[in-house]
Amino acid sequence: MITVKDLRLTFGKGTPLENPALRGLSLTVNQGEFVTVIGSNGAGKSTLLNALSGEVLVDSGRIEVDGVDVTRLSTHKRAGRVSRVFQDPLAGTCENLTIEENMSLAIKRGMRRGLGSAVKTRYRDRFREGLATLNLGLENRLGDKMGLLSGGQRQAVSLLMASLNPSSILLLDEHTAALDPRTAEFVLDLTKRIIHDQKKTALMVTHSMKQALEVGERTVMLHQGQVVFDIAGQEREGLTVSDLLKLFEKQRGIEVSDDSLLLG
Amino acid sequence: MLSEIALYGAFETGLIYGLVAFGIYLSFRVLDFPDLTVDGSFPLGAAVSAVMIINGWNPWLATGAAILAGMAAGAVTATLNVRLKILNLLASILTMIALYSVNLRIMGRPNIALLSEDTVLTPWYDLELAFHQVPVVLFFIVAVVVLILLWRFMESETGLAMRATGANPRMARAQGIATGWMIILGVALSNGLVALAGSLFAQSQGAADVTMGVGVIVVGLASLIGGEAVLAPRSVIRALLACIIGAILYRLAIALALNADFIGLKTQDLNLITAVLVTLAIVLPNARHSVKALFSRS
Ligand SMILES: Nc1ncnc2c1ncn2[C@@H]1O[C@H](COP(=O)(O)OP(=O)(O)O)[C@@H](O)[C@H]1O
Ligand SMILES: [Mg+2]
Repeated sequence: MITVKDLRLTFGKGTPLENPALRGLSLTVNQGEFVTVIGSNGAGKSTLLNALSGEVLVDSGRIEVDGVDVTRLSTHKRAGRVSRVFQDPLAGTCENLTIEENMSLAIKRGMRRGLGSAVKTRYRDRFREGLATLNLGLENRLGDKMGLLSGGQRQAVSLLMASLNPSSILLLDEHTAALDPRTAEFVLDLTKRIIHDQKKTALMVTHSMKQALEVGERTVMLHQGQVVFDIAGQEREGLTVSDLLKLFEKQRGIEVSDDSLLLG
Repeated sequence: MLSEIALYGAFETGLIYGLVAFGIYLSFRVLDFPDLTVDGSFPLGAAVSAVMIINGWNPWLATGAAILAGMAAGAVTATLNVRLKILNLLASILTMIALYSVNLRIMGRPNIALLSEDTVLTPWYDLELAFHQVPVVLFFIVAVVVLILLWRFMESETGLAMRATGANPRMARAQGIATGWMIILGVALSNGLVALAGSLFAQSQGAADVTMGVGVIVVGLASLIGGEAVLAPRSVIRALLACIIGAILYRLAIALALNADFIGLKTQDLNLITAVLVTLAIVLPNARHSVKALFSRS
């Protein structure tokens, strides 16, 4: 469960480039809920996810994960509760480390690391089992360097890594945007399966409004650092992209063009 | 050709510089932290152990104290960078400069002779080994022990976390790794190794001198880069072996060059030559790429 109250964050305070990225954003995501997040470029989607993971610290407001106040905690202290997959397929893994080393890093996410061997024999079976579900033949390549994998393969492994360990919330920031359409679909299916099987509380940012309506059970739109609307259940059933655009215009009283809101 | 003594001498210094190369591998390669502290932590190790030895301490204890002092120096550099946000290179230069004063304070004078003192080498001279073989045998054992310990460490959970910190800090943080502490630990370990090398060097050369650190970084880098050229460092163990091999090869090459009278090289030319070699080693691979790019873009 995620509770976010009145988050405010301004980049470059006191400079000519002062930029309020979050302007009193509030949002509650229930346990096991899968929420898609949309919004125009610069709406604050990535900033919201960075604030949740601790990569940026907010100026004011409060962030709770499962009722625990994490507002002031640094990224590594939140890692046990928060797992994430980045947009850039290269960002979520280390290319110079092997597949099994990357997965061994993830299996210890948020736990103490000691002087025991990092890649343990008993982990390897789990890694192979997980990799086999991807159907990419990676289960036989545990010792290969991550850098040898394609972007899609790396993103699939990143997802698997995010799910090796129980974490309260999963954050996905346009994690299929850098992939070709077929690979993107494969990674999206994998995402849905993992979130469903592990009943994860998930926030998925997507650049496609169509995808946002089709995937998950609730859709939130951000605009200028605030939630402009939040739909779920019956209200969301059967909604089309153009309905969504109309809704947005009605709520804000602004004209929205197709290029400010990327359509999909 | 080289005399036997010169050959053993090259191995002896090569093994010591192999320890320096381990340290530089940790900072430059594992953590991506260009650290010049080593020019100060090498003589720091020498100074600490020399002072303790002339005051009657056990030479192994003195060597251990040298390692701890080196680790403290590394921790200072890393803390300046991590906590005070000073650029890593600058932070290391600040510590290096400060260490010059610290080393003089520790020794109380610019150099300390150890020729008549008991060192870690003393008991080994009772073995049935030729005089010039003793340091090689002992330093070989030390290098192998350090190599194994370092290898096991790099393959441990903490060591893997350190490698991730250098390779992809954002990912490391997201995996719950306290990257700041990893940098402090790694740079401390690195300088502990360099101080160990300085301590052993002083004990085998029979003196500690405040100026003995000049150029250690460049020689260490030359060893690291040379070793990597000979043995592609695809795994941790290969990278560590490359450090030792590179350091010994470097020393052999230097000994050969000094030995060949017709070149007219003198010992004082070494730093210049090493600097030129390291520059070439860094630039040449890129040059090759750009030349290739030039031709492939038809
Ligand atoms: N690290 C940063 N420094 C300065 N400005 C930033 C930074 N990150 C994001 N911003 C700005 O904050 C605003 C929100 O950005 P972001 O959250 O990335 O939007 P998006 O919804 O497209 O993901 C944008 O105007 C962006 O330029
Ligand atoms: Mg974004």
